[in-house]
Amino acid sequence: MITLEHIYWLAGLMFAGVAIVNWRDRSNRRRFNNTAFWGVYAITFLAGSYLSDLANGFLLIVMVLVASIRGLGQGAGESATREEREASARRWGNKLFVPALAIPLVTVLGTVFLKRITINGLPLVDIKQVTVISLAIATIVALAIGMIMLKPPLLAPIREARRLLDAVGWAAVLPQMLAALGALFAIAGVGNVVAGFAQRWIPLDSPFAVVAAYAVGMAVFTMIMGNAFAAFPVMTAGIGLPLVVQKFGGDPAIMAAIGMLSGFCGTLMTPMAANFNIVPTALLELPDENAVIKVQIPTALMLLGANILLMNFLVFRH
Amino acid sequence: MLSLIGIVIVIIGFVLRMNPLLVVTVAGLATGLASGLGPLEVVAAFGKAFITSRYVAIVWLVLPVIGLLEHAGLKERARAVVAGLRAATASRVLLAYFAIRQVTAALGLTSLGGHAQMVRPLIAPMAEGAAENQYGELPQSVRYKIRANAAAVDNIALFFGEDIFIAIGSILLIKGFLDQNGIHVEPTQLALWAIPTAICAFVIHCTRLLLLDRQLRADLAQESKKP
Repeated sequence: MITLEHIYWLAGLMFAGVAIVNWRDRSNRRRFNNTAFWGVYAITFLAGSYLSDLANGFLLIVMVLVASIRGLGQGAGESATREEREASARRWGNKLFVPALAIPLVTVLGTVFLKRITINGLPLVDIKQVTVISLAIATIVALAIGMIMLKPPLLAPIREARRLLDAVGWAAVLPQMLAALGALFAIAGVGNVVAGFAQRWIPLDSPFAVVAAYAVGMAVFTMIMGNAFAAFPVMTAGIGLPLVVQKFGGDPAIMAAIGMLSGFCGTLMTPMAANFNIVPTALLELPDENAVIKVQIPTALMLLGANILLMNFLVFRH
Repeated sequence: MLSLIGIVIVIIGFVLRMNPLLVVTVAGLATGLASGLGPLEVVAAFGKAFITSRYVAIVWLVLPVIGLLEHAGLKERARAVVAGLRAATASRVLLAYFAIRQVTAALGLTSLGGHAQMVRPLIAPMAEGAAENQYGELPQSVRYKIRANAAAVDNIALFFGEDIFIAIGSILLIKGFLDQNGIHVEPTQLALWAIPTAICAFVIHCTRLLLLDRQLRADLAQESKKP
């Protein structure tokens, strides 16, 4: 059976390759820092499941120290000039889209069909992780198509991956770190403290005030945690169920559905949701790391207002 | 109360623009210590949480093939295709992507998109190409604005589309949580009540996108006034 562990090995090999390419690149003054950073990251993928929690924790701290105190560098940049790329684009034409579009297409097909394939009664892939596994398989298929079509040198993919990964830099690891921070917040019971605050400090004596407090609370707590999934149980247990549903007789399904979407408004406004808001600024080479958040804030605020009104009208209809 | 120290550290760190990796690590360690764990226990808890969250990084597996295709001129091709469409503007390219992304996410096809797979190699170059087509060579600031908008479209269309699909993570989380509290709802009900917000998101953000072309024109006029 293909499980997440196999995919982690694959990712570990890629990060190890990135570390080695960095090590050999003399155009980067901080090449050894990059090697250490991606090398240790590779270890967490290749061996993380077998090491003790403490060993993994120290590996993590080494990565953070290398990235924040020593700092990561970048190699000489683009591997082809603009003219070369334009000439190549003319030569290949729309065929270039085939491998690129194969990624989403194969991922979607995989999520639909891989679940149904069994070998000797055992599923071919771990059903619970079918989306992630499909994505990994899709990248392999796309890479195979690209290699056959373009016939580049064998090591070109890993060199190109290195170029892009160094452009993203430590931000590539930030989403995972924030997920870990969320887990520590949960251990420490941060959510209950925040919900207690909300109940004590906000006047909650009219249905509209309660609905507004719940929706805004979802958005704000999502901004703090970086994740609406972490905010939902806390806010719904703290404000939603006792006040909106029990005190004022609101419909729980409507409240929960729109409450979650109010949380998503918060996701649009916070650097803590790094994979949606910070990583793209690195990927798109934007100098302002809050550029995406700034574009999203007006929509998020208007939509939060719309959610409060919608919830107020819909939840008490009965 | 003391357990909120992590939040304080995160806010201070982001305001002072310190390295976010360091800020998050310090916040995590402080939160763990404040909740009564020993120093080594905190490091272990952090390590464990980091290892169990590795799936977040799987998206980076797309980089070898995307890098290879970029080297072969994928972005340039994406620009050229849009340049051939006379009706294309940055606004319209992003509007079309918004609609496709939201509808496919509502059908459960959330992986038809993403910043590394779609926005960087295809959508952002197409939107830039459309603007170049209209206005000629663009100043960097305008390029940055178009790219940031492309990333925002991917996020907003995904967030407010996916909840209409009944088997998505957030719907299952809501159902599980309400079940635990003795309230039984059907996923279809939850998905149904995500539709009004989805429509609002479409109307609000697409209106803003329609205004983007005008904004870019204003930016360009201002750029050209600069010496």
